[in-house]
Amino acid sequence: MADIAEFRADTRAWLEQNCPPGLVGRGSNPLEGVWGGRKWTFSDPDRKRWLERMAERGWTAPSWPREYGGGGLSPAEAKVLAQEMRSLRIPPALIGFGLTMIGPTLLQFGDEEQKREHLPRIGRGEIRWCQGYSEPGAGSDLASLQTRALREGDEFVVTGQKIWTSYADQCDWIFALVRTKADGKKQEGITFLLIDMDSPGVSVSPILLISGSSPFCETHFDGVRVPVRNVLGTIDGGWTVAKALLGHERSMIADAFGSAGGASSRRGLPDVARDHLGEDQGRIADPRVRDRVVQAEMDARAFMLTVQRTRDAAKAGHQPGPESSIFKVYGTELNMRRHELLVEILGPQGLGWEGEGFDDFERELTRDWLRSRGNSIEGGTSEIQRNIIAKHVLGLPD
Amino acid sequence: MQLVLSEDQELLAKTAADFAAEHAPVSRVRALRDARDPIGYSRDLWRQMAELGWVGIPFAEQHGGADMGLAELVCVLEALGRGLAPEPFLGCVLLAGRAIQRAGSEAQQAAWLPRIASGDVVAALAYQEAGSRYDPTRIEATAAPRGSGWRLSGQKIQVLDAVGADLLVVAARCGGGIGLFLVASDATGVQVVPQTRIDHRNAALVKLDDVDVSQDAALGSPDAGGALLEEVVDYASVGLTGEMLGSMARAFELTLEHLKSREQFDAPIGSFQALKHRAANVYIEIELCRSAVMAAARAVDAGDAEAAELVSLAKARCSDAALLTANEAVQMFGGVGMTDEYDIGFYLKRARVAQQTFGDAGWHRERWARLRGY
Ligand SMILES: Cc1cc2nc3c(=O)[nH]c(=O)nc-3n(C[C@H](O)[C@H](O)[C@H](O)COP(=O)(O)OP(=O)(O)OC[C@H]3O[C@@H](n4cnc5c(N)ncnc54)[C@H](O)[C@@H]3O)c2cc1C
Repeated sequence: MADIAEFRADTRAWLEQNCPPGLVGRGSNPLEGVWGGRKWTFSDPDRKRWLERMAERGWTAPSWPREYGGGGLSPAEAKVLAQEMRSLRIPPALIGFGLTMIGPTLLQFGDEEQKREHLPRIGRGEIRWCQGYSEPGAGSDLASLQTRALREGDEFVVTGQKIWTSYADQCDWIFALVRTKADGKKQEGITFLLIDMDSPGVSVSPILLISGSSPFCETHFDGVRVPVRNVLGTIDGGWTVAKALLGHERSMIADAFGSAGGASSRRGLPDVARDHLGEDQGRIADPRVRDRVVQAEMDARAFMLTVQRTRDAAKAGHQPGPESSIFKVYGTELNMRRHELLVEILGPQGLGWEGEGFDDFERELTRDWLRSRGNSIEGGTSEIQRNIIAKHVLGLPD
Repeated sequence: MQLVLSEDQELLAKTAADFAAEHAPVSRVRALRDARDPIGYSRDLWRQMAELGWVGIPFAEQHGGADMGLAELVCVLEALGRGLAPEPFLGCVLLAGRAIQRAGSEAQQAAWLPRIASGDVVAALAYQEAGSRYDPTRIEATAAPRGSGWRLSGQKIQVLDAVGADLLVVAARCGGGIGLFLVASDATGVQVVPQTRIDHRNAALVKLDDVDVSQDAALGSPDAGGALLEEVVDYASVGLTGEMLGSMARAFELTLEHLKSREQFDAPIGSFQALKHRAANVYIEIELCRSAVMAAARAVDAGDAEAAELVSLAKARCSDAALLTANEAVQMFGGVGMTDEYDIGFYLKRARVAQQTFGDAGWHRERWARLRGY
């Protein structure tokens, strides 16, 4: 415990000394920050400096082993670092699917060569990764995917189409599920491949979302040659790896929504309500809205406590319990409810798309609300999550 | 605050679960009801729980207690809640006992707490009145100075565990404030009239008709009881949420068993997705309740600044979730869920009573909002 107190003091001092002053107090938004990669351009030199300093210390991936570019911190130390960053309202130096999805999966399933090749480059923000799971015909029923990989000597030749690939146009590598065996149970012929998107035959085209931005793409593979050593896990055994990665994806979502919550981290719900509906003796003037704000805030508090409970149990050496299965579905639906409420609180000002008459906050919030509708679809829909809970946690029959 | 059971707490929870499974299944509640048992719980079992050290959990060691807190009480109450055990933890330990512990002089504590902890004396806290709804300080009963003591008059409603209790702690208006007074239940002018509620737990009207008490009957200063009452009711509320957590979990287990065994259309009804998703929703709510209850118990034990908020969070959530769980259970049981023969109805009735004890969900949301300055 004394060690931890010392670590906390050192960490705080280091952060205060090294974080560019322009970033202190900025706070974090789960979808905003430095995603890195070859195509990344820094709009703010402070962000670049911050990434370099943090990466040098291994603190972009604080709990990964040092030999792979991580910080080698214990869970307790990593928690302290996160707490100190939160209390100084310092944004993370680097975010993205490398750190939250493929990195942890590489640690679990990668061989030594794969770990040494990919992890340090993720930690330094040099390579940005995207997720090639979904296909036009394989969404919730992911295992029915059809992108083919045919073996030719030391290579696979990949042909097919992925869809909804978030940020594919800005990424350098993709982790993709491909079919390596056509017969038998559909889960048993899937392989997990790491593909360099600079390879000939890879093409991406953005898809426009209802929110007006194009964060995801169609990704086509036309005879793309991928070395066999880029298989993560075993050939035909990719489904196990795929599911483990989904577990990391869902805990990332829990982190994102459990600690902050999209636009609500721009400004708190009660403050927005006070501003737009006025105050009555210091309280949100409209009692109906107040009750909904309170409900949303209490839901968020209970959710955060549940995330904390899982972490505390893990620290105490318990296996992750079934409660973690609720994070994806509850965290995202909570975030969506909050956005609904925020847009309603803005009233006519919550309807802006662009141009005059709406300020940045209002427009962003409205678009955030539109974006939030995807929360219960991406990463496995809420219906699929409830199926999973019913089957694997509650043991209900098929 | 660590939201995880310590090894000792895990052991306690396990012991309590084993004990409850053996001695306190829900069938006992039915038997007590059908026999029209006058006090509605077993005094023998209460003594056994005292011998196990559970009744004295929050009291100091020199008063026969274990010097522990809500985190431990919740371990026991959750286990007992599974079988809706009606033994008088709420009225006797969490309300009356806690009030004596918090406000009593050393002599008063020494006189009563060891006997409460041993199960020899059952006490009850008479504070709620017909007009007070969920505000424990809205009190019209009076304590008028008389000689060196007081004369109490008024009427209290739904006094938990008062039937058969030996000692009453009575809240009454005194000067500008509220005082708490120790009153023997057989004192002249005291009438304890059993009330029958849907859950058949022990509750009574307590009528005070010019009851004279002496100077040393006052618990603490006779006008400083208001804040204390709120604190004590908060304490008991956390205990109640522990009980609710256990009863929700058990009602949900019974529902899952039914979903797996009842067949219609040649398939277990639990294979129908409409019911699967409803069950998943109930599960989610119960998990959120567990976190809130653990946090509230630990925050109150630690005297945390956020404690009152977390109590309201836990009580609001458990109130909603207990009813949801029970309502969904009745629906998913179908027709048999409506029969007295099936146990699920007991869980529904207790959920309703628990929701409307110490403030319902809406009341606690409003309180939470006030505490946070919304
Ligand atoms: C913003 C966003 C980002 C995304 N990013 C990525 C990414 O980076 N990489 C990637 O691979 N994919 C990504 N996805 C795709 C996402 O994983 C899929 O959209 C999702 O799995 C659902 O598949 P689908 O769209 O084909 O819908 P469908 O599977 O066709 O589902 C349609 C509806 O049917 C319901 N449904 C389907 N099956 C069942 C069932 N068995 N029981 C009950 N209801 C059912 C669904 O819940 C849904 O409501 C993203 C999606 C969104 C919205």
